[in-house]
Amino acid sequence: MTKTTVTQQSQTIQGRVATAAGLGKVYRRGPEEIHALRDIDLSFETGGFYCVLGPSGAGKTTLLNLLGVMDVPTSGSLTVAGQIVADGEKVRLAEGKRDRLRLENIGFIFIEFFLIPTLTAVENVQMPLLWAGKEDRAYAVELLERVGLGHRLTHRPAEMSGGEMQRVAIARALINRPKLLLADEPTGNVDTRTRDSIFELFRELNDDGLVIVLATHDQELAGRIDRVTHLRDGRLAKGKE
Amino acid sequence: MQTPILQATDVWRSYQRGSETIHALAGMSLTVQAGEMLGIVGRSGSGKTTFLNQAGCLDTPTKGNINICGTEVTGMPEKELVAFRRDHIGFIFQLFYLIPTLTAVENVELPMIFARESRRRERALEALERVGLREVNALPHQLNGGDMQRVAIARALVRKPQLLLADEPTGRLEHQSRTAIMDIFRGLQAEGLGIVIVTHDPTLADETDRIIELRDGRISSPGRDSAMESSLKSED
Repeated sequence: MTKTTVTQQSQTIQGRVATAAGLGKVYRRGPEEIHALRDIDLSFETGGFYCVLGPSGAGKTTLLNLLGVMDVPTSGSLTVAGQIVADGEKVRLAEGKRDRLRLENIGFIFIEFFLIPTLTAVENVQMPLLWAGKEDRAYAVELLERVGLGHRLTHRPAEMSGGEMQRVAIARALINRPKLLLADEPTGNVDTRTRDSIFELFRELNDDGLVIVLATHDQELAGRIDRVTHLRDGRLAKGKE
Repeated sequence: MQTPILQATDVWRSYQRGSETIHALAGMSLTVQAGEMLGIVGRSGSGKTTFLNQAGCLDTPTKGNINICGTEVTGMPEKELVAFRRDHIGFIFQLFYLIPTLTAVENVELPMIFARESRRRERALEALERVGLREVNALPHQLNGGDMQRVAIARALVRKPQLLLADEPTGRLEHQSRTAIMDIFRGLQAEGLGIVIVTHDPTLADETDRIIELRDGRISSPGRDSAMESSLKSED
């Protein structure tokens, strides 16, 4: 099987894929202000594999949502894939442009797989590409082979195991040749053996040059990643390089 | 006589586990007319979802026939079946299955993308208006459960199916959202859709026109009218 290099684009871009400076996010619930993130300074460099480690409620998902431009900060600066998303208290990138930035540069993986039950594996993988007005079934097949599911192309989610569904979700996240892969508790719904094989797949994708940010509360998993950022109560706790 | 939206005749779905044959469905027959809302109740493992998969052309019966809107779908070639399903059937699930990175309106556009249809945005917005969702540019994580299910219903409706299959559609919703979703279903029913709701929740089933109970892949109490059922309960 030919090993697919999934990040041709990212290999040509030098420097940082994402930078956050003084990043903060406040949610308002009635009169109450909830500081989900405060003063986050982080940068994610080309080729890096990063872990954001913290307990539930630490702000991991909020951070990933900001990095993935699924949400906008209330303070601080954020640059993703060379585009200034926010600068100080101003959001610089309009909603439509944020959608485009997300679609073209970022792959997401979640604890739940979010596969569409009525579609086959290969249709689920193709979906973001079709949404962007493109079609490349051959690449969807290639990616499914890459994640070890060449024999499951026309199976629907209900016919697959949790680990297989997460592999389909990974292939789907890669279909737009992203520069940055954001994985939010990607192994939270699978057994430890499947967790290990999915982590190995992440390792291989990173070896190919894909920048990965993996958020987890699993300390054992974090122990396998070189660059770990500790998040607690919305603040950076400590880091190790 | 009006052609039924769904007609299942002696439907069996059997699996082989070693030397044992498991009958997930064992000779199920039912009819759903246009404008009818049928509730299927039963315990976990009774065959409810297996039946929904047969009715939705997501699986093929081992024996028996499924007819949808006058078309015999049993034995239809896979490619034809996929096209038929996309044209005639809408699905709603307990877990919504929205794509988290796409906005509400983009999620509703998805079925039209696969069907390669035009006027996608306009039609998606119409479908969202139909289900009463205003935050059309919100991402799923910015919506509550009831609104996420509204998006999922709009997605199921956008290609104007005649049969709507819902698997525990209010299972994750609080009471107010549940009522709102059932109101939407009743509106669709009035427009002539055939609706099948599978649930383990008897109070939800009570809101349908007719309830059947499944046990071990068979209908154990067929065709009870839910209004009659309620009045009988109140007489007890």
